[in-house]
Amino acid sequence: MDMPALLLSRIQFAFTVSFHIIFPAFTVGLAAWLAFLEALSLATGRPVYRRLFDFWLGIFGVAFGLGVVSGIVMSFEFGTNWSELARRTGPIQGPLLGYETFTAFALEAAFFGVLIFGRKRVPRWFYLVACILVAAGTSLSAFWIMVNNSWMQWPVGFTLRQDGVFVPTDWFAIIFDPVVWVRFPHMFLAAYVTTAFCVAATGAWHLLRDSFKSDARTMLHMGLGLAAVLIPLQLLFGHLVGDYTHDKQPAKFAAIEARWHDEQPASEVLMAWPDPGHERNLYEISIPYLGSLIASMRFDSKEVGLATFPPSDRPPVLIPFFAFRIMVGCGLLMLALAWFGTYLVVTGRLERMRWFLWATFCSFPLGFIATLTGWFTAEVGRQPWTVYGQLRTADAATPFLTSPQVATSLVIFAAVYALIFLFGAIYIYQLLRRGPVVLPAFESAATNPKRPLSMSGGSPGVPAPTPASEISE
Amino acid sequence: MITFWTVVLGLAILLYVILDGFDLGVGMLFAFAPDETARRHMLAAISPVWDGNETWLIFAASILFGAFPLVYATLLSALYLPLMIMLAALIFRGVAFEFRYKSRGLRPLWDVGFAGGSLVAGFIQGCAVGALVEGLAIQDGKYIGGPFGWLSPFALLCGVGLCLGYCLLGAGWLTYRTARDSQELAFRLLPRLLLAVLAFLVVAFVAALGLDLRVMHRWLEAPLLTVFPLIGLAACVVLFTAVRRRQELVPFFCGVAIFAAAFATLAVSFYPYMVPFSITVADAASPPASLSFMFWGAGLFVLPLTLIYTLVVYFVFKGKVDPDAEYH
Repeated sequence: MDMPALLLSRIQFAFTVSFHIIFPAFTVGLAAWLAFLEALSLATGRPVYRRLFDFWLGIFGVAFGLGVVSGIVMSFEFGTNWSELARRTGPIQGPLLGYETFTAFALEAAFFGVLIFGRKRVPRWFYLVACILVAAGTSLSAFWIMVNNSWMQWPVGFTLRQDGVFVPTDWFAIIFDPVVWVRFPHMFLAAYVTTAFCVAATGAWHLLRDSFKSDARTMLHMGLGLAAVLIPLQLLFGHLVGDYTHDKQPAKFAAIEARWHDEQPASEVLMAWPDPGHERNLYEISIPYLGSLIASMRFDSKEVGLATFPPSDRPPVLIPFFAFRIMVGCGLLMLALAWFGTYLVVTGRLERMRWFLWATFCSFPLGFIATLTGWFTAEVGRQPWTVYGQLRTADAATPFLTSPQVATSLVIFAAVYALIFLFGAIYIYQLLRRGPVVLPAFESAATNPKRPLSMSGGSPGVPAPTPASEISE
Repeated sequence: MITFWTVVLGLAILLYVILDGFDLGVGMLFAFAPDETARRHMLAAISPVWDGNETWLIFAASILFGAFPLVYATLLSALYLPLMIMLAALIFRGVAFEFRYKSRGLRPLWDVGFAGGSLVAGFIQGCAVGALVEGLAIQDGKYIGGPFGWLSPFALLCGVGLCLGYCLLGAGWLTYRTARDSQELAFRLLPRLLLAVLAFLVVAFVAALGLDLRVMHRWLEAPLLTVFPLIGLAACVVLFTAVRRRQELVPFFCGVAIFAAAFATLAVSFYPYMVPFSITVADAASPPASLSFMFWGAGLFVLPLTLIYTLVVYFVFKGKVDPDAEYH
């Protein structure tokens, strides 16, 4: 593959992955929240949970659809653009991604249909089971993806065959690698926090607009409360991810810190403009000793600089450096909002603080931004390796692909994704704006448990009392 | 172990072709729907299950990746451009389900995306099969055919053929799942589609003879292979009478039988090659450690379970559609 084609392939993969990750980040948390709401609604019988469920189900539907179609693209790109990677790591990555498909993808895809269309066709317990299975499916999916990605970050449990093929020797080591068990919770919590902030922001928005006040209050309280508990946990796992990076991927760690030369004790760069050409930082603001403390929990540890590595083994510095700082910034901002908001809830002053409602409303993208920048930090920081220390990105690409081919596909995806993202965002916005409306036809049919199941499958000639389809448009 | 995964891969592909085949077919027939009511009925006939159906494509790709990485890498990279276009088509088609109900002004756009996306996806899958039958330019396990190596008149012919076949399946599904307008349309189209599929098979056969394809020699050498085409032919006859008697479920199953027969014919004539006639099943297989890891978890437990809950979901959505009561 020529250099431009390689670069285009990398852009294409980064682009499709970034687009895709937005939706799982949202739907993993949302699916769990929907299952929780459905369980609450069954247990308490309070209509608010049912209204919220129906409201968020519509949004879940759109987001899930976008997640599925963009995920299909990912599962092909390994073979189309990275065929050398597929050929050589297929014996390891193939089964892992296979397990994702078998255990997770199929589960969520099958029961998603029941969730959206099956409310009146199945008993309530079965509907709840379907909700739980969809939530389990999305979580399992995230788990296998993280196992696979963690193997690429820190390959273990394999031997290299003569023809360059990675042959698995220890699946237990691959799946129960400690790296997996800090990175998966980190991703999983990111999804939950992202969803929590979307829910809270929607609640704040409707409170500001004076619409659906009681539902909006419930959303705001649930979202902020959940985030207040989860974000500290997320910071802990973020720290553990940092530990693994420090021990196992020193070049990535040095890039994130913009540390060019070995330091003892090391200082922590808060902000700077890294200048790779001269191996130094411009406009640096740093705190002495803190770098050692963060990296090794000691004040005097020696920390490795990028110059230790040959230039061909160094990751680009700018992207991991800034992406990491944006991620941490978003996290701290969300923590402040969640804790202060929860304090306001407890003291009963939340709704009088309109500026805080505004702030919460504006915070809805923070989770997405943090997830994306976190992903950038991990993936760009891994360069120039696809399989860390084993297989270079340049050797992983399809050898005979030419730049016109990759450019064509990149343009196709850019256009298609831009179009569907635009409309997806518009339709999700419209649904959010409409709020948790009570659908009369929907409610009466669904809240009447005596309605025989067979009737719902009856003649399409009989019009529904109030066409739900018209209301839902 | 290799045999097990070969069979499972075959089944996954066959299931994909049948399941997504009928909903892609409905997508293509969607273009012929007389009015909005019929369109709604058609969509409602497939909307709860299309997502699960498409999963079998990912299943097939995953099994290929895990069990036969060499074929996965070779085939997918050789078919680079058509696959990219197919993916774009599948995206359009997938989002159209959600988007068309959320939009008023742009509904025609999503309708075109839905029907067009289904058509393009089916067409390219057919082209890929055609290119495989004709043989891709592969030397020492490496593809050397260039960006358009797959493109040939025979491949294009197969593309048309598969679209017709998908429409046949789709029409069979519509006679079962819908009533009135769209069922009427399906009954009317079924005999024509059947004739068109048969005509395609004859043309493809003659073209293959003319091209002197290696696959043809295998057919001529082993007359036992004709068992499957004969089963397919029998299904055609049954389908024809079923349409005349207006039986609702039989046409779909006849379509399935025709596809299964065609698939079995192809599979038997390729074996033991996976990419005919350059990469064999044994060449492509993953090391035993990978195959058995997949076998003990996925093969033994998860796949049967998947089949069971796929059946459960189909059972939940059995019978006629009622789009007004069902759509969210």
